[in-house]
Amino acid sequence: MLNGAEVRAAYESLERWHKSMPDDLRSLKQSEAENLFKRVGITFAVYGEGGDPERLIPFDMFPRVFTNSEWRKLDRGIRQRAAALNAFLADVYDRGEIIKAGRIPEHLITKNAAFEKAAIGFRPPRNIYSHIVGIDLVRTGADQFFVLEDNCRTPSGVSYMLQNREVMMRMFPQLFVENRIAPVDGYARLLKKTLASVAPLKCDSEPTVVILTPGQFNSAYYEHSYLADLMGVELVEGQDLFVEGDFVWMKTTEGPKKVDVIYRRLDDDFIDPLCFRPDSMLGVPGLMSVYRSGGVNICSCPGAGVADDKAIYTYVPEMIRFYLGEAPILENVPTWQCAKNDDYKYVLEHLSELVVKEVHGSGGYGMLVGPASDKSTIELFRQKIIENPGNYIAQPTLSLSACPTFVDAGIAPRHVDLRPYCLVGETIELVPGGLTRVAMTEGSLVVNSSQGGGVKDTWVLAE
Amino acid sequence: MRLNVKHVTRYSFDTPARGLVQTHKLIPSTCGSQNILSWTVTTGDAIRGAAFRDSAGDMVETISVRGPVDELVIEVIGEVETVDLFGVLRNYRETVPPTTYLRRTRMIRPDTALRELSAAALEGLDGDSALNRAHALARAVNEAIEYVPGATEEMTTAAEALAGGKGVCQDHTHALIAVAHAADIPARYVAGYLHSGEDAMGEASHAWAELYVQGLGWVGFDASNRCCPDERYIRLCSGYDAQDAAPIRGIMNAGVKEHLDVSVAVMSQYQQ
Amino acid sequence: MLSRTANHLYWMARYIERAETTARLLEVGGRSALLPDIGGGFRNDWEAILQANGTLEMFNEKYSDTVQRNAETFLFFDADNPSSVLSCLNMARENARIVRTALTSSVWDAINGAFQELKQFQRTERSKLQLSDLTEWTLRSTALIRGCIETTQLRNDGYHFMGTGFGIERADNTARLLDVKYYVLLPSVSYVGSGLDQSQWVTLLRSMSAHRAFSWTYPGELTAAKIADFLILNRMFPRSLLSAVQHSCEHLDHIGRGYGGATPAQSKVREILAELAEAQVKDIFDEGLHEFLIRFMRQNGDLAYTVHESYLQGMPT
Repeated sequence: MLNGAEVRAAYESLERWHKSMPDDLRSLKQSEAENLFKRVGITFAVYGEGGDPERLIPFDMFPRVFTNSEWRKLDRGIRQRAAALNAFLADVYDRGEIIKAGRIPEHLITKNAAFEKAAIGFRPPRNIYSHIVGIDLVRTGADQFFVLEDNCRTPSGVSYMLQNREVMMRMFPQLFVENRIAPVDGYARLLKKTLASVAPLKCDSEPTVVILTPGQFNSAYYEHSYLADLMGVELVEGQDLFVEGDFVWMKTTEGPKKVDVIYRRLDDDFIDPLCFRPDSMLGVPGLMSVYRSGGVNICSCPGAGVADDKAIYTYVPEMIRFYLGEAPILENVPTWQCAKNDDYKYVLEHLSELVVKEVHGSGGYGMLVGPASDKSTIELFRQKIIENPGNYIAQPTLSLSACPTFVDAGIAPRHVDLRPYCLVGETIELVPGGLTRVAMTEGSLVVNSSQGGGVKDTWVLAE
Repeated sequence: MRLNVKHVTRYSFDTPARGLVQTHKLIPSTCGSQNILSWTVTTGDAIRGAAFRDSAGDMVETISVRGPVDELVIEVIGEVETVDLFGVLRNYRETVPPTTYLRRTRMIRPDTALRELSAAALEGLDGDSALNRAHALARAVNEAIEYVPGATEEMTTAAEALAGGKGVCQDHTHALIAVAHAADIPARYVAGYLHSGEDAMGEASHAWAELYVQGLGWVGFDASNRCCPDERYIRLCSGYDAQDAAPIRGIMNAGVKEHLDVSVAVMSQYQQ
Repeated sequence: MLSRTANHLYWMARYIERAETTARLLEVGGRSALLPDIGGGFRNDWEAILQANGTLEMFNEKYSDTVQRNAETFLFFDADNPSSVLSCLNMARENARIVRTALTSSVWDAINGAFQELKQFQRTERSKLQLSDLTEWTLRSTALIRGCIETTQLRNDGYHFMGTGFGIERADNTARLLDVKYYVLLPSVSYVGSGLDQSQWVTLLRSMSAHRAFSWTYPGELTAAKIADFLILNRMFPRSLLSAVQHSCEHLDHIGRGYGGATPAQSKVREILAELAEAQVKDIFDEGLHEFLIRFMRQNGDLAYTVHESYLQGMPT
């Protein structure tokens, strides 16, 4: 199935499995899976789309499989990238050596909306800025992976990685007997360990870690509460915290309790109305003062987003060479930046072959998939690019690998990507697996859940 | 010149506030043009803490009051020795790369009129020095916006002030930052105090812009008074715009009406 | 525990209790409609039910007739009526959803299941829904939720905040029902002891599933004094004011012990309990039942306020 050729060895037991499953059993299992998701309440709300805010994300039962040797390469590549991104952040908020060395133009950083003045000249605990790095990858050949983008702020979706596995183990225990699949359920413990390891120096006892959520109306609220529960930490909203003296406190039934590490699932702009957006009701007034004076740590650090910008993305291989002195293990997708004159010309001439993205866009919005678009759509996009070239980058459409996926007619290949979650604290940790997103319609390259993409369990075969 | 500052801010609330948090940038830093001889900030019963020097060189401190609170008085008393450096910021410790101050906020976003004002002011000055170009921008803003108190509000943007043609020091400063940005010159908002004689525009609590001039570094321009800050000025703190540079930023629990009463006096004391 | 979490658990319990009270009222209304008019037919029983529920005024603004179908819609399905079964269960579920991780999965399943079934009812054609099915369903659902809480929740502070919520809401509901009967329903003092009076007392007892328990406990003639004793002072009857306050007290004591110290909330609840434990029906009637109930509801309200100040806002004042 991969590249239309032979079925990889790892898929053999899955072949037997799905062939032994008659259609009615399959649809029974499918609805059982949906019920399991519904019962735990795992839902996905999409901003501004209206409809049912508690809609389920489609789950495809056919797992995606990585062999151990495939994973080993990914593992090394991801850790390398996460280390380089953090080194980059520590540098641009301090001495800016990479700029002085002429490897990255200064304006790409200082003029970047995600570059945070309030983060300059301050070292967060252990000098780590992005504690949870989500790296989106696609596969284009047997041993070839490309990084699509990095997520250094607060990548979401890890709850699906964990729940997909739970559901599969519950419904098809036999598969897990036949195959030796590396477990992912250590993630929560590693996340807590990572967060505790970056407590500020002023914290002299067991650190109190909390997750800060924008609240129940946020599309990822389920994930926030799920992770808090798995880690055994409080899930707080801004209103539960307050600043007094040198510290941040949470309001408990036993009175104020000091908080040491805040894993925030809130954008920079909203975390402190006294430093950023004054109209934010979601944040904690004075939080940045406590942070800067070393009374609390915020994960990820405000300003970490400057490393995952699509314009900075191009320079990540350069960062790896510059900070680590190593050759990049994972490749970038070749990218044309419309801000550059030559690239701009090339992009406009080849629109029908390219994928064009907004520099600051996310979630698959504001994007042109050239080969899948008609002429008028392409022309409309051309105008947008001409109006504001700096806002766009373009990439070739890759011949993405496809994974066997259940469809009405049985099994068919669908395009997939992968987001593993790398934890950076005292040590760098990575559970073997990640979230596989799948484009549910034939030929589609858009896997975003906000646009109807689904998810799969991701297997890494143990040695 | 030796300047004495007394700056009293009094917040009073109709119904007692349940709690209150403020972030202050009320302590000036020493630099070439000013030497802080003494400076004290008192904040009544408020709990103080979380103090640090930010990347722009300003001292920041957060205060909080547990409710109920019906009044908060913040008193700043200080003495500063100043010299005239023609607006040039010298011997000042900060770590923000100047190009960071090309960031556009709502208050300083240049519209077409501001861009045209910028272009007109710089017309024919392509080969001129960076300093002269900055002066030309400050002059243009001074001519385009007349100093009229009460014509604008706290949230008036640079574009709105230019359209109305009237404003106070905040509007002049925002407009100057906007026209500088239009010419790709980093610029920022400075809040401070001014010992105003009879002819100076503005009150003792004052604001002006700093533009980054190649070769000189940051240089202050007071578009309201058509001059560069001299020994009558005390530089307090800076930011992207008035809001970012506000010496006092606060949040109160909802539903409380606040009254604000500010008095500032700056007196000079000539040395023997 | 986070004050906000405790607050949501506390209110979740209060809304479950309230949903149950509304369903009981609906049941009584439906039953009255099946009985011949004892009072001479000059008064509509649904009006009395709405009065007891505290929503008559709102009902009159929305509907022209106090016929069963309107009352049913209003008390069961109307999202604008904050006391409707739908509103209460929605609020209970919303409070639960926010603090889902503080609940066991069986409690969440019970609450969420009720919510999903309720949505199903909303989609069902009304002519296919019997009133008795709706009320029975509500009582069964709330009983299931309570049962799951009792059998699966860890006996931690969260459990006791739920218990406190149940106790405070129940005390309020019983006092309200009793007061409405005595002060509002009876058109004139001259009716005391009349057939109308009797039938209304029975209705009241029914609304608390207590008419048979009452008969077992108090043989002989049905009198206001006996009923007041039963609903206010009887330790055996779970919905009596004394039992409800006792319930709040036990849970608040657990909280105080767990936190290694009492707050004004414990003193407040003991004060109310001590007074009830000492009280005699005669004293209550001397004070005036209405006056007594109003004072009780104020005390119970003060208790709710004190609980809020002591625990639920996170910054003890």
